[in-house]
Parts: sequence; C-alpha cells; structure tokens
Amino acid sequence: MEQLAQLVISGLATGSIYALAAMGFTLLWQASGTINFAQGEFVMLPAFIILAGMEWFGLPLYASFLLALLISSLLLGLAFKRMLVDPMIRHGVLPLIIATIALGIFLSEGVKTFYSAEAQPFPDLLPEGLFRVGGVVVSYHDIGVMAVALVLIIALQLFLSRTMTGRAMQATAQNPETARVLGVNIERMILYTFVINAVLVTVAAILVTPVYLAKFDNGASLGLIAFIAAIVGGFNQMRGALLGGLLIGVINNLTVAYLSAAYRDAIPLILLIVVILFKPEGLLGRREERTV
Amino acid sequence: MFKKRFGLAALLLSAVLTGEAASGEGVVRIVDVVELSGGGATVGTNWRNGVELAAKEINAGGGILGRKIVLRHFDTQSNPGVSKAVLMKALDTDPYVVLGPIYSSSTKVNMIVTQRAKVPQIVGSEAAEITERGNPYIFRTSFGQASSMPKLANYLRDGIKAKSVALIWVNNAFGKGGHDAVVKELKLRGIRLAADISSEVQQVDFAADVIRIKNSGADALFAYLHEEESARLLVELRKQGYAKPVVGESTLLSAKVIKLAGKAANGATGHVGLSPDAPVPGIRRMAKAFEAAYGYATDHNGIKGYIAMYVVKAVTEKIGKFDRQAFAKTLRGLTITPETEPGVLLETTYDDKGNLDRDSFLVEIVDGKQKITRVLPKLGK
Amino acid sequence: MRGRLILLLLVAALVLLPLGLKNYGIYLLSLWAISTVAALGLNLTLGYAGQVSLAQAAFVGIGAYVSALLTTNGVDFWVALPLAGLLCFVVGLLLGFPALRVQHHYLAFVTLGFNVLVFLVLRNEEWLTGGSYGVSDIPRPAVFGFATDRPLAFYYLTLGFLAAAGLALWLLVRSPWGRAFTALRENPMRAASLGIDIRTYTLLAFAIGSALGGLAGAFYAPLVEFIDPTPFHPAASLALLLMVAVGGSGYFFAPFLGAALVILLPEWLRFSEGLYLMLYALLVMVLMAYCPSGLCGLWVRFQARMRARGAGLAEGGRP
Repeated sequence: MEQLAQLVISGLATGSIYALAAMGFTLLWQASGTINFAQGEFVMLPAFIILAGMEWFGLPLYASFLLALLISSLLLGLAFKRMLVDPMIRHGVLPLIIATIALGIFLSEGVKTFYSAEAQPFPDLLPEGLFRVGGVVVSYHDIGVMAVALVLIIALQLFLSRTMTGRAMQATAQNPETARVLGVNIERMILYTFVINAVLVTVAAILVTPVYLAKFDNGASLGLIAFIAAIVGGFNQMRGALLGGLLIGVINNLTVAYLSAAYRDAIPLILLIVVILFKPEGLLGRREERTV
Repeated sequence: MFKKRFGLAALLLSAVLTGEAASGEGVVRIVDVVELSGGGATVGTNWRNGVELAAKEINAGGGILGRKIVLRHFDTQSNPGVSKAVLMKALDTDPYVVLGPIYSSSTKVNMIVTQRAKVPQIVGSEAAEITERGNPYIFRTSFGQASSMPKLANYLRDGIKAKSVALIWVNNAFGKGGHDAVVKELKLRGIRLAADISSEVQQVDFAADVIRIKNSGADALFAYLHEEESARLLVELRKQGYAKPVVGESTLLSAKVIKLAGKAANGATGHVGLSPDAPVPGIRRMAKAFEAAYGYATDHNGIKGYIAMYVVKAVTEKIGKFDRQAFAKTLRGLTITPETEPGVLLETTYDDKGNLDRDSFLVEIVDGKQKITRVLPKLGK
Repeated sequence: MRGRLILLLLVAALVLLPLGLKNYGIYLLSLWAISTVAALGLNLTLGYAGQVSLAQAAFVGIGAYVSALLTTNGVDFWVALPLAGLLCFVVGLLLGFPALRVQHHYLAFVTLGFNVLVFLVLRNEEWLTGGSYGVSDIPRPAVFGFATDRPLAFYYLTLGFLAAAGLALWLLVRSPWGRAFTALRENPMRAASLGIDIRTYTLLAFAIGSALGGLAGAFYAPLVEFIDPTPFHPAASLALLLMVAVGGSGYFFAPFLGAALVILLPEWLRFSEGLYLMLYALLVMVLMAYCPSGLCGLWVRFQARMRARGAGLAEGGRP
C-alpha cells in the first residue's frame, strides 16, 4: 500500500513537470494554431542558458535563472513567433510541423556542438531530505516541485480569468474575428501566449534538470510526453493539459512498478492511440468544429 | 549550363570520396577509430591520448621492428552507423591493425568490416557478444563481461555478503550482455534475484525504478547502466534515501559518473578492470607520463588505449614480421608479461576468443575519488 | 527535351561514378539509393496524398527484419523481398484504416506512437528478433546466379532497385488514379464533393508508401549485413520526413535530392555531424517559411522566372 502511495506521489511530481510543458504546448495551439514539435527542446534549452550564465558569467543560480527567463522570453517567445511562426502560418499546418521538427533538431544539435555533448550536473534550488508520513516516504524535492508547479498554474489561471489582458487572450483563442472587432490587439495577445510558454518551460527546466542532469537530448522524451499529455487530457482546454500531465506521470510509474519496465514507453503511446481513435478531443476536451 | 555544373560536381564528389592511396615503406600504419565527439567524447579522447602516448614512446625507442608508427585517428561521433562508415574509410588506407572503438554498440556494428577485410581489431568494448561471434580478428583491451561478472559476483557473495540482489540494467546489447552474465553468476552462487529492472538508454526519470528497488527488500543493488544514467540513478537513490549497498562494474565507478552525481556517488563500491590509482608501478608510471603530456589525469580508458598499442608491439615483435594473419593467430592464447613488454603494465593472458584475463581491483568511492580496496588476481590462476 | 538529357547524364554518372571510388564511397551511394526509395514512399504519402506519416522508419525496420530473419534461415532473398513489401502493405492498411480518420496533426502523433511501439517490440522480443543483439551474418542476394558480395556488385543491384521503384512510382503518379491524389492534396473536401472516395485513395497511398519503405528495408539488411533496432528509431522517421520536405514534398525528384543532401553532402563538405545537422535544420526552417515547396519548388520558380524573362525579351518587352 505504501508502495502505491509513493508511486502515485512521485508520479504526481514528475507529472507536474509534464503538465507545465503540456500547458504551454496547449496555449500555443489554442491561441495561434501552432503545433510546436520542439516543445521538449524548449524545456532543455533554458537549463543550458542557466548553466552558461553561471559558468561563463559567474552568476549565482537565482540571477542566472532570471537571466534565463529573459532570454527564453526573447528567443523562445518573441523570436520564435516573429521569425518562424508568423511567416509560416499562412502556408498551413504542415510546413509549421516540419519547421518545428527542424527547430528541435537545430536546438539540440546547437547545444551539443557549442556547449557539450555530455550530461552536466545542475544545482538544485529545492532542499534535500525526506518527509515521512505513515509508512510513506516523500522527498522534499518532489513536494517542492509540486508546490512550485501548482503556484504557477494557479497564477496562470487567475491571470487568464481575472485580468483584462488574460480575458482578451482567451477571447483571441476562442474567436479571433470577434475579438478583433471588439478592439483586442490580436497580434499582441498571441505574442503574450508565446512569452507565457517561454516562462513555463524555463520553470520546468529549473525544476527537472537537477534530477535529469542537463543534456542536449533531454528534449526528445520530454517533448513526446508533453504532446501525449496535452492530447490525452484534451488540448483545447488548459485543464486538460494539467490532467493529462499528472495522469501520464502516475501511469508511467505504475507501469514500471507493476507491468513491464521494458515497455514503459509504450503505455502512454497506447493511451494516446486509443484516445485519438475514440475520443480525439481528449478526456476533458470539447469537440472541435471543422471549417471548410 | 546545368550539364557543366553537374559534371564539375561529379568530379569533385569522386575526388573527395576516393581518399588517399595506401602504402609506404619503412612505416607501419595503425588507425584508431574511436569516439572523439558526441556522448563518448571524454571516454574516446582519453583512449586516443593513451594510444598516442604509447605510439610516441614506441617511436622514440625505434618503433616496431625498426618501423615508425604512423597513427591516424577517426571519429566515430559516438554513432554506430558513422563508426561503420569511418572504419571503412580507415580501411581504405590499408592499415596494419585497427584500434577501437570503445562503445559496444559501435563495435558490434563495425567489427564485421574488419573481419571481412581480415584486419586485427583491438577494442575497448565490454559487451560479451563481441567475442562470441566467431570473429578470429577481434581482441579486447578491457575485461569482457564474461570475465568481470564472476569477480563481481564473488564480491557480492563474500564482500557484501548479500543473499539477495536487486538488478537494474540498461536495455541494449551492452546492458543485456552484462545482465545475462551476472544473472548466471548469481545463480551459480545461490544469490536470489530480488528485482530485475530494465531501463532505457537516455532514460531521465528513475523515480519508479528506485521505488521498486527499495520495495524489493534486496540486500544490495547492482546497477549496470551507462555513465549518465548511472549518475541520474545515484542522484535519485540519494534523493529517496536508499540505505543499502550500491554496487557497480567499471562504469558506475568512473570519474565521469563521480563528477555528474557529486555527493550521491559516495559510498558506491564495485569492480573495475583498470584504475589510474591502482598500486601497480607500471600504471603509476603511465599515469604520470600521461599527466605530463596532456595536462590532466587519465582514466581507465586512457590506460586501455595505451595497453592496446603495446599489445600490438609485443605480438609483432614476437612473430618477427608484419603479418596480420600471424598476428591474430599468435595473440590467441598468448600471455604477455610486463617483464618482456613493460608497456602492457599488467600480466595479461588472452584466450582463444580474444578475451583477456588480468589482475583487477575492488574500489569504493570516497569523498569523490576512487579508492582501491583490494587487488583481485586473475581468474585463471 | 533538355530535361531528358539531364536525366540521362545523371543516370550515366550514377552508373560510372562508383568505378572510381573505394569501398566507402560505394557504400555511401548504395545507402543513398536505398534511402531514396524509402523517401519516395514517404513522398507518396506526404506529398501526393497529403498525410503526415512519422512511421516510415518503422516500415523500413519491419522490411529489414523480415528480410534478415528469412534470409538467415535459408529463404531466398527474392522470396523474402516481396514478402517484406506485402507485410508492410498490409500493416499500412491496418494502421491507416483507423488512423486516417483523424486530421494531420493527430496522424503525426499516431504514426510516431506506432514507430515507438515497433521499435520497442523489435528491441524487447528477443525470441523473435534477437532483441538488442540483432541479426547478424545476413547474406547478400544472388542475381541470376551472380553474387553481390562485393560492394560494387551490390551497388548496381540497389541502383537497379531504385530505378525500378522510381519507374513504378512515376507510372503510378501519371496514371488517372495517381492524378486523383493531387486533387486530394489540394482540398480533401472539394475532392469528396467531386465524388472521389478520399478514404480509399488516402489509405492506398499510405499503404503503398509503407510498402516501399518495407522494400527499402529489405535491401538495407544485406547492405549492412548486421541489423539491430537502433536505425529504426523514431528519430529516423523524422530524418526521412525532413529529407522529403527539403526536397519539396509532392515533387517527384524531391526524395533523390533530399537523400543526397542528407547522405552524400556531409561527406563532401567534411563537416562535423552536429554542425552539418544544424545548418541542414536551418535550411529546412528557412525553406518552410519562404518556399514550402522545397528545393524542387525553388528550382521550378527559378525556371519560371527565367522563362518569363526570356519570353519578355523575345516579344520586345510587351506584356
């Protein structure tokens, strides 16, 4: 019984990271129709920006983190939108998919060539140590990850539903034409979603890299899980991405412990295929309208 | 217009793909095909420097049978497909022998090329199957899993006194070979396998695996993963407060893992085939020379490469000529002692499959460094 | 007329070039030929039928394993080859039937998922595939009694295979049946309203594309003489996709060009692999942003402009 509880809690911690990445992915899709195949690499990159800040400029971790937030917003937010997405969106979905696949390769090979091909240790913001309740052992790190992720998600939800800008962003996502007529600056709203995604992935990076170590190919597995989480949860809803991320985190752990470790990667995929075939809008999603 | 452009391109292409012409009297060509970039860069570069150091020493002493060594390095980029391609390219220069690579996944794929070409190849790989394929030209310069696992199992039984062991291994040829070898040895010694967990190459998340390990109730954990995964596992073990002994074989205890895992590596113990800190005069001498030449301390890969080059010298001097067939035949079943050839550092016996047997060492990670706790004699003694 | 001449010259170059090359260069060319067939299959699915498949490497893998397992157990290559193609065709149908009901982006994920599953099965089911240990000592086929053990001989075999596959595909695309694909690509809804049964056409395109991948895989096994699951990882599917995209999906010669760019050009330029991949990825992004029809599309645009300029001059500049 304790083992199950431990697996679930640990799965929720990992799942919160997946949720952050999946939510960013969903935001981009909802707001601008961008399917970002490089989302995993977007989580990998800020970790290296932080490392570079500490190693090349001698900054302490907190300062480096703030620097990474800034650079991510500029690169993965602004530059990504202006230089890649804007020119491409008029050609349709397919070129964008291919371009983001290429972007993922570009980023990972870039880090590999210009920083290092080998894994790098990464300092942990969260404390070490274990917390025991009943027979269940939980690490402070896991609790910290869940707490930070939760705070960020709540903040995001509040921003989107309570502030003018947030509601304008929601309007843009739901019905851009009407929003434009009502005086909303669509372009800027879409830009904000890109920047928010950049922030989400940077936070995910600093939470997950101490355990995963910083390596140029971290993006591959993370990215795939982010997509699966977003789709399974229901990607026209933020709540869907959150649920999807947590669900996948827990299911992964349970698979390793009770089913087959050798097929650990298969279960989320089977789940994905089943959901796409039988409930394509995802567990929490609403049916999409198809335009002709 | 297009015709002309294409013609030029074709010409350039063929010129570039053709490569150099072979042969030259008075020298012996040796090629080194190893991981110089990509994930194996540190490992491969250390090997490369060890090989080069040995070649320099040999040339300073007059070369092999009076011929100077001309050494060329080829980068496998830590990629099996590339390793095969560059090996073909290297063979196009008509070398005497091939040294490397280290990565089992690359050796597995490219040894077929040297076998076809009937060129001896001395590799730093450890996967058991490399010497099981009936290739008469393949030789090791590090322990194969069939040689290292019995020693490790003995340590688990006698040193750790474990009655049950949890096993976590990486699911590729290297890991599977180690898994199969160690499972066999544990069974022979009556040690129960409490958990048998396969993990992925480049796996990042070990939370579930560690939970499973903890709950298996095993007396000890044996971890057989690659460097980065080993480090991630150690970090996760520490994070979850795992209290039982953590045992490894070579990789887990290497300098790279220690660097990546930091404090989490302390307390890990296990078996290594070679260590720069070993209490062997030859190794000490080589480590000093390496540091003087390259400005940093070697690891076991540098020693592997160094020994490989001296093995080439020892065998060639024994047969008295540069004959690849005779080389391969003679090295099988040969024992080379440091008295006859100091460069080989430890007394080494080759069996008829290309595996080697030598002294090896039990180590423990203390304060971020490898500490030798015991010297283990050859299995064959 | 000029187009035919260029084609003839290229064919002549492909036949004569390897005579001046060593083993390594010949190996690269054989690999290029095989990759082009796999990319041709993907081009049919992606470029002509407009479906994003990220599973092509899985089909190449299935074909390779079928070929390897059969030929190492005494079955003749020329029996194994059609079996590999047929199996991939059937699997393509089975996968496509439910999967093609969903839109582009979903299909990408479903096919990616399929690729991962195939990879895992290849890797884990040791009793069937040899698992991580792979299949070794794969024999080279004999053509009308001639052995292809030597690199040059095998190269000509793969070249012949490429020519046959290319010709078959050319005829398919030019046929009325093939022309329906173009209609599908432009606007599926409109095509449906004109009475073209989208589902059947798309499914068949996907299945044929997969079968071509399987046939390419069947030739890959004897080329490398040892296979394990590694080359059939989803990353290879992404690489094939980019090959087709950079060439210009939907153009017949795109796979030839794309495969050359990925396999032959790095050797010519002697870059480190990482740097080359970065430049290649950058090229793909720039193309997708400003000329999504790829290099072939760029070439067509360039030719059109030249022609327009020529016409303008001929008529004294009158519009």
